[in-house]
Amino acid sequence: MPRRSSGAILALALAVLVALVAWSFSVGRFAVAPADVLKALWAALSGGESGLAKNVEAVVLQVRGPRVLAALAVGAALASAGAAYQNLFKNPLVSPDILGVSAGCALGAGLAILFGLSIVMIQGLAFAGGIAAVALVLAVGNWVRGRDPILTLILTGVVVGSLFGAGIALVKYLADPYNQLPAITFWLLGSFAGALPKDLAVALPVMLAGIVPLVLLRWRIDLLALSEDEARSLGLDVSKLRIAVIACATLVTASAVAIAGVIGWVGLVIPHAARLLVGAAFARVLPLSLVLGAAFMLAVDTACRTVSATEIPPGVATAFIGTPVFIVLLAATFRR
Amino acid sequence: MSLEARSLDYGYPGHPVGRGLEASLAAGEVVALLGPNGSGKSTLMRTLLGLQPRLGGKITLDARDIAGWEDASRARRLAYVPQAADSYFDFSLRELVEMGRTAHRGVFASPSPQDREIAAQSLERLGIAHLADRPVNGVSGGERQLALIARALATQAAFVVMDEPTANLDFGNQARVLDEIVRLREAGIGLIVSTHHPEHAFRIADRAILLRAGQVVATGPTEATLTGPALSALYGRPLEVAEVVLSDGSRQKVCLPVAPRGSRAAESP
Repeated sequence: MPRRSSGAILALALAVLVALVAWSFSVGRFAVAPADVLKALWAALSGGESGLAKNVEAVVLQVRGPRVLAALAVGAALASAGAAYQNLFKNPLVSPDILGVSAGCALGAGLAILFGLSIVMIQGLAFAGGIAAVALVLAVGNWVRGRDPILTLILTGVVVGSLFGAGIALVKYLADPYNQLPAITFWLLGSFAGALPKDLAVALPVMLAGIVPLVLLRWRIDLLALSEDEARSLGLDVSKLRIAVIACATLVTASAVAIAGVIGWVGLVIPHAARLLVGAAFARVLPLSLVLGAAFMLAVDTACRTVSATEIPPGVATAFIGTPVFIVLLAATFRR
Repeated sequence: MSLEARSLDYGYPGHPVGRGLEASLAAGEVVALLGPNGSGKSTLMRTLLGLQPRLGGKITLDARDIAGWEDASRARRLAYVPQAADSYFDFSLRELVEMGRTAHRGVFASPSPQDREIAAQSLERLGIAHLADRPVNGVSGGERQLALIARALATQAAFVVMDEPTANLDFGNQARVLDEIVRLREAGIGLIVSTHHPEHAFRIADRAILLRAGQVVATGPTEATLTGPALSALYGRPLEVAEVVLSDGSRQKVCLPVAPRGSRAAESP
């Protein structure tokens, strides 16, 4: 894929993203004209007066603002983490949810909710749970060393995911059925409805702290897709880079889970879409994944809250989209 | 400039493969490494490349011990050409070759225009510049192998270690890869090439090392080392080396397995 066209594709994706943001702000139970959306956002950014009715301003800034921001951030986070894990494991069929990392993060975050801990601790325990899941996947994968490492890894992820899933079930069983259980259950379904500005203020910097190193290291992360001998012979300190990528991708996943619960498939589908558009080079896949992930998540969430009178959890919608894509990818990978 | 192994013990902790190995490689020289499957060729090459720790002895590059060198400083002097394998990550040949510049730039740095230029020149030199934007999985095995050689060239390393570069290639592509190895040698690069084909060693190598069970059983100038008896002993089968005269009058050596009497197809009445 020539470089110039990959730049054009990224620019086009950004344009689509901007249009989606405008659309998402204006649609819903209370429609707001796109011009008024711009006015309200501009007023909020510049600190001036928008001249709009107070309720219009409130819908844009307090109701939809955090939700749009959360969807954008979670989509970008899951897609970038998925792209990083795929290079890390040299496996095009993994993502935070398939590896069981999301479940690990969810167990950590669930425990924090169970004990009534702060958002900072929810983040911290989500990260710890995610790291535990990756460590377990790596350990089991190394020990098994199957003939087909790709399938072995996926199966290992499934097993680790269900182990942490059992932990989550236990947390739900122990949770207070009137106060905690509905909150935990709703959050686990994957939803942006409960995104609070004060939670985002904690989660977004953490997310950025994971994404920025991935972007900076993008040219090196490319080489993780080669065999380890090749990468090391080209001068790459593979062990150090692996640790850095695991830490960053898991941190990003943990903050996404802390915001919106377990939303699957984004981390699998989006990096694939990006690779189809711009080729395998991580330096181009990562930026496009960030933009496409944000756009996809926002589109899904906006559709979920507008297509019917009752909201559909976006985690459910992504599964409906993601599973058939996974089956196609599975066939493309193995039916050669 | 030279790469040398002195009383090198290599293998795995608790499971040594070879002991006291002596070998050297000079600039502009090709050394062929031959030996049956499991004789330790790959382990030896990985050890020379610094990809696995040695058990004892010394490996020096320009008289300096490479133990403890960072991956990047070693990679700028010593390149590796693996066997071309299938990948699920379908890089373009250009991207693959640009990876050869990794050791020349900072951890966070993007490829510089100079890096891109050097990669483009490497593709050019291997005659695959027209395939630069094609995906790795969309070119032939031979072209993929040439791209891996171009990547080694892009590292600008003085020494290159090649692991069976002609394996899994058809006859024409084998010849093409051998031609390119000869051209790298003429450009002053020193190469260690493992191969299962004595003919390939005759064609490209100045010297040969015969490895059996991790030990050097014979080494020296290629023609003097790769004799019928030496190769027969190495592979445990009766082999014969003969000289053929090509149509242009030049001579080339070939190695053939000797079939048991009476079983030769040509002998049947």
